[in-house]
Amino acid sequence: MNIPLATFITLIYIGITIYLSWLGFKKTRSAADYLIAGRKVHPFLLAMGYGATFISTSAIVGFGGVAGFMGMGLLWLTFLNIFVGIFIAFVVFGKRTRAIGRHLGAHTFPELLGKRFQSKWIQIIAGGIIFLTMPLYASAVMIGVVRFVEQTFHLNYDLALFIFAFLVMGYVFFGGLKGVLYADAFQGSIMLLGMLILLVFTYYRLGGVIDAHAGLTALKTRLPQKFIDMGHTGWTSMPVIGSQLWWTMVSTIVLGVGIGVLAQPQLAVRFMMVNSGREINRAMGVGGFFILMTVGVTFVTGALSNLYFVDHFDKIAMQMAVDPVTLKPNIDTIIPIFLNSSMPQWFTYVFLLILLAAGMSTISSLFHAIGTSFGRDVFQQFFKEATHKKTIIITKIGIFIGFVLTTILAYKLPGSIIAIATALFFGLCAATFLPAYSGAIFSRYISRNTAYLSMGCGFFAWLFCVLFLHVKESSALGLCNLLFSKPSLCGDSILAFVDPIVISLPVSAVVAVAGTLVDRAKKKVS
Amino acid sequence: MLGLGDSWVFLAYVLCILSTILCVTYSFVNWNKDIKEDISWLEEEV
Repeated sequence: MNIPLATFITLIYIGITIYLSWLGFKKTRSAADYLIAGRKVHPFLLAMGYGATFISTSAIVGFGGVAGFMGMGLLWLTFLNIFVGIFIAFVVFGKRTRAIGRHLGAHTFPELLGKRFQSKWIQIIAGGIIFLTMPLYASAVMIGVVRFVEQTFHLNYDLALFIFAFLVMGYVFFGGLKGVLYADAFQGSIMLLGMLILLVFTYYRLGGVIDAHAGLTALKTRLPQKFIDMGHTGWTSMPVIGSQLWWTMVSTIVLGVGIGVLAQPQLAVRFMMVNSGREINRAMGVGGFFILMTVGVTFVTGALSNLYFVDHFDKIAMQMAVDPVTLKPNIDTIIPIFLNSSMPQWFTYVFLLILLAAGMSTISSLFHAIGTSFGRDVFQQFFKEATHKKTIIITKIGIFIGFVLTTILAYKLPGSIIAIATALFFGLCAATFLPAYSGAIFSRYISRNTAYLSMGCGFFAWLFCVLFLHVKESSALGLCNLLFSKPSLCGDSILAFVDPIVISLPVSAVVAVAGTLVDRAKKKVS
Repeated sequence: MLGLGDSWVFLAYVLCILSTILCVTYSFVNWNKDIKEDISWLEEEV
């Protein structure tokens, strides 16, 4: 790669992003402007902002790499991302969130819950959970960008990480949500165009749609025995039902992220930024197409990389991704290796911009959500007399703390972590917030106590699963080993591979439904 | 089935395209709709 040319292109891209952020800064005149862009966002900005925030480097590099390992079964996640993440989220949740959020004067997701249940503690607890756990997801997104920048520019990982994090923090800090939105629209457009090129090139390189699929199907003879033992049946078919790989794919990847998207604070707040349900209708078509072209293309490309690697290097993707130091495959490197080896030189520059756009658009929204959780949802609830100007200052301090926490985590997290950390955060949000959030916007009977119980049971059920049951996290965290001398209480059972969301979300939902029925009976009696 | 290995993956491939068409169609059909009724209970509850 021509480093001076890549640097020049990157600097132009960063210059445009900073200019758009400055435009946002110029149009920010109140706390409402800084927090929810004044509730007057154009449908195109809503669609591109929602899509670009939803789809990050985590989806492209992390989950694309997972598709290189697991295959096209991940298209079930693409389907859920479009049907649940766009259609259900916009039509069923979005319109009510907008209407109720506006009615209550809510500016953040925790504030919507807090005002609906008339409880400042619900707002503080929800804000605190977001403030403390969102950096995990933000760091996963950041690793996705920095790994590619590191390989492209031959930069030191630590230096690349600091430059990238500082840059994003800077433009969120000054531009507020308007700056984030303008930059999102620009970044989303780059992603859409780049992924369209990637789709055409990948199928063209491999002989067309049907030939590429058939070639990949025939490749199942190259599956290592270790993969077959896990339940792998090939890259164009689902794993053996009930196998370790099937549970990981269906519960962690497909359900964890596919359902978890409904309760993402940084996405739910987007619905509160528009003036009416009409804007939500108009945004949905662009949003659905955006997800198909980003997630769908990534998963197909990730799976098809196996065919390219076998044809050119006589290795499958997981063998190509073996780290020379640890001698273990790093899933997060599959997509960068595939693109660097298979695509024309000029596309590497395009993909660099795609990743920068995907990473910056998501992290900027996450930093904004972390900052508002700290400033609006926690600090301002303790100091009610705080002025709007002071709220913005405290929010900016929250953004800075989020930047520090995220950067530290991105230094510390191990390889192959991107998809796992993302699914963890999405699962936590679904288990803790989704039933209470659904009750808040759909039921007139659900009470404050029911919301407390549902959120508490969901959060602690999720935490218990992470610490003691789901072996991927419990073995890494080590508490189960310390107390019970084994990595998971499930031992060698298949339950050790069932994602926490499969247990914790039903617990939280049952508590919410049962509590609401009791609340309704009480109200009818009184 | 588009050269894919099993009907589940083929179904996912088709559903991805159909759900996108659903989003685009809904968007155009309701382009000027949904600009009062459903949340009047909030006045009493909150």
